[in-house]
Amino acid sequence: MTLELRIVEKRVGAETHIHPTSVVMEDGSFNVLLGTTLAGKTTLMQLMAGIQKPTAGEIWFRGRNVTHVPVQKRNVSMVYQQFINYPNLSVFDNIASPLRVAGMDRKEIERRVGAAAELLRLAPMLQRRPSELSGGQQQRTAIARAVVKDSDLILLDEPLANLDYKLREELRDELPKLFAGRKAVVVYATTEPAEALLFGGNTATLHEGRITQFGGTAETYRNPHDLITAQVFSDPPINVTPVRKTATKLTVFGTVTWPAPKRLAKLPDGAYSLALRPHHVLPAGRAGAAGSFTGRVLVTEISGSESVIHVATPEGTWVSHSHGVHPFAIGAEARLHADLDHALFFDSTGARVM
Amino acid sequence: MRKTVNQKAWFLVLPVFLLVAFNALIPLMTVVNYSVQETFGDNVFTWAGVRWFEEVLRSDNFWNALQRQLLFTGLVLAIEIPLGLAIALTMPKKGFWVSVCLVLMSLPLLIPWNVVGAMWNIMALPEIGLLGKAINSLGINYNYTRQPVSAWFTLVLMDVWHWTSLVALLCYAGLVSIPDAYYQAAKVDGARRWAVFRYIQLPKLRHVLTIAVLLRFMDSFMIYTEPQVMTGGGPGSATTFLSIDLVKKGIGQFDLGPAAAMSIIYFLIILALSWLFYTLMMRNQEN
Amino acid sequence: MAKITLDRIRHSYFPFPSQDEHYALKRVHLEWRDGGAYALLGPSGCGKTTLLNLISGLLVPTEGRLLFDGQDVTHASPEERNIAQVFQFPVIYDTMTVYDNLAFPLRNRHVPEAEVDARVREIAAMLDLTRTLGNRASGLTADGKQKISLGRGLVRSDVNVIMFDEPLTVIDPHLKWQLRSKLKELHQRTGRTMIYVTHDQTEALTFADTVVVMNHGVVVQTGTPIELFERPRHTFVGHFIGSPGMNLLPAEVKGGKVFFAGEEVAVDNATAARTAKGRLEIGIRPEFVGFGKAGLRADIVKVSDAGRFRIVEAASHGHKLKLLVPEGVSIPEGSARLAFNAARTRLYEDGWLAGDRPEDEA
Repeated sequence: MTLELRIVEKRVGAETHIHPTSVVMEDGSFNVLLGTTLAGKTTLMQLMAGIQKPTAGEIWFRGRNVTHVPVQKRNVSMVYQQFINYPNLSVFDNIASPLRVAGMDRKEIERRVGAAAELLRLAPMLQRRPSELSGGQQQRTAIARAVVKDSDLILLDEPLANLDYKLREELRDELPKLFAGRKAVVVYATTEPAEALLFGGNTATLHEGRITQFGGTAETYRNPHDLITAQVFSDPPINVTPVRKTATKLTVFGTVTWPAPKRLAKLPDGAYSLALRPHHVLPAGRAGAAGSFTGRVLVTEISGSESVIHVATPEGTWVSHSHGVHPFAIGAEARLHADLDHALFFDSTGARVM
Repeated sequence: MRKTVNQKAWFLVLPVFLLVAFNALIPLMTVVNYSVQETFGDNVFTWAGVRWFEEVLRSDNFWNALQRQLLFTGLVLAIEIPLGLAIALTMPKKGFWVSVCLVLMSLPLLIPWNVVGAMWNIMALPEIGLLGKAINSLGINYNYTRQPVSAWFTLVLMDVWHWTSLVALLCYAGLVSIPDAYYQAAKVDGARRWAVFRYIQLPKLRHVLTIAVLLRFMDSFMIYTEPQVMTGGGPGSATTFLSIDLVKKGIGQFDLGPAAAMSIIYFLIILALSWLFYTLMMRNQEN
Repeated sequence: MAKITLDRIRHSYFPFPSQDEHYALKRVHLEWRDGGAYALLGPSGCGKTTLLNLISGLLVPTEGRLLFDGQDVTHASPEERNIAQVFQFPVIYDTMTVYDNLAFPLRNRHVPEAEVDARVREIAAMLDLTRTLGNRASGLTADGKQKISLGRGLVRSDVNVIMFDEPLTVIDPHLKWQLRSKLKELHQRTGRTMIYVTHDQTEALTFADTVVVMNHGVVVQTGTPIELFERPRHTFVGHFIGSPGMNLLPAEVKGGKVFFAGEEVAVDNATAARTAKGRLEIGIRPEFVGFGKAGLRADIVKVSDAGRFRIVEAASHGHKLKLLVPEGVSIPEGSARLAFNAARTRLYEDGWLAGDRPEDEA
């Protein structure tokens, strides 16, 4: 084990920015911190880096307590949302800067910068200034600077947020390749569930200064332990409704009754929350079938290959996200099918029960 | 491990610490020392308690000087802040004329204070000075060495000439930093010039204006060189401000005790008023 | 409200443009109907913001005319054009309440106070701002502020067009969904002409009835989201729209048939292919490639789980291809045969859809 947070807590005045948190990140792992703005992603990263000191708890790195070691004394790299480069240095000198600080010899610097530039497709523009580069190239330069020096810990704080959609797609593809085979612990903060999924690795979901769940990305996505994790890790937002289970029946939206799936047999009768991702709610089904319900269409968004249908239910808006083109007029009645095999059930405290 | 880091940090702070000590702390402590002691020379000091403070607070000279000081600062602020803001609003935002404007504006700020005093001294001479002669030829009786009103007019005019640029430059920097989108949005929203000023520029300039007011307040409250060179505090004591009064006491009459006590009172007034300005201007922000 | 005509517009930021490269907008000739929802989609620097500023009147075109309902407004000021615009970063009047912010565009035009009140309350209700109407606007979160900006754009009932310049850039993903569908809903309810500028295909495709795809100052394709997805007219559109973008494979035409690395591939525009001469490519979207018993031989390189679907990276004859595989469909290990949907497989010549190259590009 390498990076370990032991009951780390951060308070500023009366506010708690990070509630007591314990987490272990292994060497060579790619870890995503997923959460909305102000969920505590940046604070957590700054605690890991040593830029901020925890109010309580300890931070250990490779068997050493580094809680009070300042960031300059740790081997850490950071990449920010803003493209931060030295404006008066060439791309080459920008990438080389951490190596020069470390006093590396010229040959080795040239070799390493060349390799990093090759990986990030910056080789043809090494002599240019950052201002002569596109946004994507500027951010590639910043990333190259972060990876060139073999840091123990590489922190990326929403590095793609300021880039064009298509550039984001390219870099999402390239980044995991860049870190593969390295010993460093990589931590990547994002607000986008889709980004976490594409990177794979591990994901920690953050909500109001708490890590709600940490584990393999696909596992966290498919098997959330509580409602908040399911909500944080869903794009479009997950549909949630109160549900009442009585014997073999489920009642939702007050009046709609479905036969309960077999897997719920052992669940005691009572009130629960049912959560279902929008792509498991499809515009199909016949009246009376399990999972079938109707709602008044609020708006339909058709992207050419997919349809997103927002319908009003007695328990708020539900969203269906399906392949293909399914036009509905506003105000029309749409029949939707909730795929109960994928439905998640939570008790009144938000804990997952099925 | 942790210890070495701390010690290094102390070494880095040491020069600044020494500088501040020599520049501020030691003189201040000396003044405090003088203010509670009596001396007749020969380095013999006796304890005086708060006697000097009582003496200063009872003297008419002090209260008159303070009144004059407040009036002067009030006039200067009332003219320079709006005028500086108005100039900043009319300055070009882009192109060749920006640098021309900036250089012209900074010229008065580059002139040493005593030279400013000497310049205006000559300019305002009623018989041969450009300003003095011009005013007199308009039929207005103007003589700053004889009439208090003339003296005040000249001093305020001189200060406005000298320092309005500072306010204008600060405001200009603030204006330039407002994103274009705000102006574009205002255009689209159909806002008139006044609305743009009232709802975009003025709120965005609040911080800059606070700094401008504080700087001009502190500076004009401590003004010494220019009136000393121009009028020497006269005619009579019409332009004897706090600082001039203080110097007269300390250096002229060598009343070190009362002068020190007055310095401290002076210092506390500035501190209190600065704090008042700052909290008033910032409190609005938070609501 | 008005029909908008862009009549042979060219725009350059150079004072004396002499060659094509000097133009930020090389040629734009478009007609937008009254009440439509349009998106201008393209990468940074493609000219979409320039085009927006030309329509709003913040810029005057170097050449060409701009017409609102047939009336020449090329040189009219933004105010004379009677338009509304929402910017990338929220613009709010800090010292005013939410209510006063929304009322600002109306009060500036001396609308009677009773009508102002009615409009402000109506818009606030649409945007869920009713509860915060009395609050100071500066205390709101980024999305709250952007809602105010949107509200100021929507509050006037007499505008010719409402323009949105990447309005959701600063908004978190889960709120993006809400605001985006809100905008779509507002368009469907109010029937105003709206123009939405963005680099984000999801925003453009879900918001607009008609998407204008731009690149290097040229309109590459105008069409409905479905047209752009199913029949990209240029490989750029194929690449830029869709996530991941369209697969492109080098092609040869022999005897009226299309080949990739010696294997025949059935394409939809085979008739056009017979005359094609330039650089030839086969374009197929990842959505339209599946696993089959017969088809292109390929090795599976990588599978990434995107939740709803998996993205499979395969290699065939040294070329990379991507497939989108829905949840629940099994993926073969090692090697596989790839089947292309022939009706969605197309031949491109020098980037343009074979048989559909625009005349001024030839």
